[in-house]
Amino acid sequence: MSEPLLTLDGVHTHIGHYHILQGVDFSVPRGGLTMLIGRNGAGKTTTMRTIMGLWRASRGAITLDGRDITGLATPDIAQANVAYVPEDMGIFSDLTVRENMILAARDGEPKDDRLRWIFRLFPALEKFWSLEAGALSGGQKQMLAIARAMIEPRKLLLVDEPTKGLAPAIVGALIEAFGELKKTDTTILLVEQNFHFARALGDDVVVMDDGRIVHRGLMADLAADEELQQNLLGLSLEMHQ
Amino acid sequence: MSPVPERSAGTGLSHPLVERLRAAAPILTVPVLMLLALPATGDPSAWVTLTLAGLAMGMMIFVMASGLTLVFGLMDVLNFGHGAFVSIGAFVGASVMLWLSGLLDPGGVTLHLAAILPAMIAAMVVTGALGVGFEKIIIRPVYGQHLKQILITMGGLIVAEQLIYVFWGPDEIPLPRPDALRGALVFGDVAVEKYRLFAVVLGLAIFLAMHLLLARTKIGLLIRAGVENGEMVEALGYRIKRLFVGVFVVGSALAGLGGVMWGLYQEVITAQMGMEIMVLVFIVVIIGGLGSVEGCFLGALLVGLMANYTGFLVPKLALGSNIFLMVLILMWRPQGLIPVAKR
Amino acid sequence: MVRWLLSGDYPRGLALNLGIAAIVLALLFAPFLFPGTRALNTAATICIFIVLVASYDLLLGYTGIVSFAHTMFYGIGAYGVAILLQRYGASWGAVFAGLGFGLAVSVLLAFVIGLFSLRVKAIFFAMVTLAVASAFAILASQLSGLTGGEDGLTYRVPRMLTPAFRLMDEQLLGVTMNGRIIAYYLVFVVSAVAFLVMMRIVNSPFGRVLASIRENAFRAEALGVRTVVYRSLASCLAAGFATLAGALMALWLRYTGPDVTLSFTIMVDILLMVVIGGMGTMYGAIVGAAAFILAQNYLKDLMGHMAEATAGIPVLPDLLHPDRWLLWLGLLFILSVYFFPTGIVGRLRKSRQA
Repeated sequence: MSEPLLTLDGVHTHIGHYHILQGVDFSVPRGGLTMLIGRNGAGKTTTMRTIMGLWRASRGAITLDGRDITGLATPDIAQANVAYVPEDMGIFSDLTVRENMILAARDGEPKDDRLRWIFRLFPALEKFWSLEAGALSGGQKQMLAIARAMIEPRKLLLVDEPTKGLAPAIVGALIEAFGELKKTDTTILLVEQNFHFARALGDDVVVMDDGRIVHRGLMADLAADEELQQNLLGLSLEMHQ
Repeated sequence: MSPVPERSAGTGLSHPLVERLRAAAPILTVPVLMLLALPATGDPSAWVTLTLAGLAMGMMIFVMASGLTLVFGLMDVLNFGHGAFVSIGAFVGASVMLWLSGLLDPGGVTLHLAAILPAMIAAMVVTGALGVGFEKIIIRPVYGQHLKQILITMGGLIVAEQLIYVFWGPDEIPLPRPDALRGALVFGDVAVEKYRLFAVVLGLAIFLAMHLLLARTKIGLLIRAGVENGEMVEALGYRIKRLFVGVFVVGSALAGLGGVMWGLYQEVITAQMGMEIMVLVFIVVIIGGLGSVEGCFLGALLVGLMANYTGFLVPKLALGSNIFLMVLILMWRPQGLIPVAKR
Repeated sequence: MVRWLLSGDYPRGLALNLGIAAIVLALLFAPFLFPGTRALNTAATICIFIVLVASYDLLLGYTGIVSFAHTMFYGIGAYGVAILLQRYGASWGAVFAGLGFGLAVSVLLAFVIGLFSLRVKAIFFAMVTLAVASAFAILASQLSGLTGGEDGLTYRVPRMLTPAFRLMDEQLLGVTMNGRIIAYYLVFVVSAVAFLVMMRIVNSPFGRVLASIRENAFRAEALGVRTVVYRSLASCLAAGFATLAGALMALWLRYTGPDVTLSFTIMVDILLMVVIGGMGTMYGAIVGAAAFILAQNYLKDLMGHMAEATAGIPVLPDLLHPDRWLLWLGLLFILSVYFFPTGIVGRLRKSRQA
């Protein structure tokens, strides 16, 4: 097995007086989709934000593709070919769908073939191309957020709870889209609460609790072992559908 | 982790006309105010004069206020020292105008027309350059700390005002406008003052240029996106701080230009003029909605018109009327005419 | 006794204890220590500004809100007393009626402004107060029938407070005991009481709630504190004390005009005094007001000498011109906010701990 794309080594993060991450260790293998799961408040979002440089790690090291990115500014991490979809989607609602996509394409206008690929996955975006993003529905906003992250090929995609508050039909569309994305060589780290979604897509799984990693393994193994699920995730993980 | 509420999903269906009227309501405030003033003034030719005066004043305030509102929107920085750039711009412009006029027209009693453009450019260059230093020394150390921001920028204003006294002396400087910008063009019984027309044209040009920049260019998109969600702009790989410095410098330069325009309008400049005008500028950015250039433009026109109409009808209440206007608009729209979507 | 008076909130630190004690004693015996109208005038001004600055500290230091309307409330107090004294003659009734009227107007105004703008953001409040205060100043100068316009009002105060009044015929410690001495002690006592009451307030449960809002408004709100209500109350209280200070000034000066009450220059002075003295310490008001008002006289003299000494060097004499003293205090102000945000008082306390 080749060297992992992303490695977190003993990462601690403080927010104000709170010690949120208390030594997080895990790595994300190249080319696969790693699920980061755990109950509310376990520190998943903080982990994502720390990788992205939006919170500063107070201790530990984060390595991307052999390069130490701990303490780099957010734009530098993004330019190291990382895309991020935050929990609140980070849509620019005053801008049109098109303008959102233009900003996401750092190298200029979005490429035609790439756009066609995205439109095939998310037809709504083509339909509302010139509409203000603020007028989209919740599901369409999530599609836009993910589309923004896919508009140019990225090494690593960080996605924070894409299914939050979405209708089952839209979750299905997202599963399909991530399935397509997995066929490219993009590596994905995805935070999820929806176990159905996680099981459908995950290659590897990392489980967090109380600011630490409590389990690392293959998604298929966890999905097969109900007792382990019960132990790790308890009742708090919503077993959708 | 962040206390951000879920965004509401889509807009509900409602009658298209009602919807369109609601969207246009902020823009309609300006013509509505004009129409209300028509019967109040009673005399159409006076109304035309007052309206033009109001628009001219509004345009000048817009030029001074636009940078302030963008700087606030982008980085949540409220610069109480913004008025310093207005004063300094006016003084630099005045020095250049007086010096050039002396060269071009020795012994002349008024400024020379050809001196105005170089003076405006000089004022913008100087205030823009000062903006770089101000951002670095005064603003950068207090990012994210509102209380310190207000205090420090206020301190900057005090020091800047005193430095004007040091370099230009304690007296006010008269700025007699050149003949070409004096007097009025008369159409029938309507007199249109030339300088006001000039101010309206210049202000409108700046507004349109700014609007195009924000709507059509990538930099403009980044600024608008940054006003709404700076973190996401950074996560897409853009350095928002650099963008902010750029906006701050342009805003400072525009304040300087506004200072020259205002000085020529009043035909006299003083070190405190920046502070005095800041009162109107604050009212304008509050009315418009902090962070919105379009709102700032509408707010400035409303304030300019209101000041001139009441100045004519009940002179004693001219400034009070703008406070009244502010209260009225905030009761109607607590976030200002054009609220900025903000995370 | 002392503990009760100071609400258990001591200056802390030897230098600070000595300094505060020296200022208070100097003010207490000012008529005997520093004879002469000018010195007495300075002492009374310091007393009144201690109240004014402390009431501003209540807002800025303890509540974390920036207001630019403090001089407006100060002016309302001064004009309230001045207008009634001028219209209804020099009686104590007019003084109290003016003060009461001023307090009512101030508190009401502060309440309305607070309700309007404290909901949104501290920054909003700062801008709104700036706008309202400047409109008020212009209004005051335009209603010249009532306020005397730019010239202001000159009036007589109760006879007991005038130089013509003699408390006793013989001199005490070489000082004639006339009505001005009574007036000074009236100012001193009222100021001292007002200051101690404010000490009470900041050290009460109410004061601690304000501090918790300043530290973390979001958390306080989550704990069920109605932050708008508390902030509005603080704003009303501060306005009330500023009004009292204004009334004292009107009595002391026997003149009230826009320059001595409503001008933005005074607002800037108050800001400088609070920040240089020490925000959120109360004692900062004593140190700040004393230091500032003395500097206003002393620094100017010093700068005059320095300007003469440097004559001939370009720009430097202009920088050192006595009228440019505000330039140096402005720089000091900026440096204070950066490097010692708790001002002189905070600095002295810290050095004690180190």
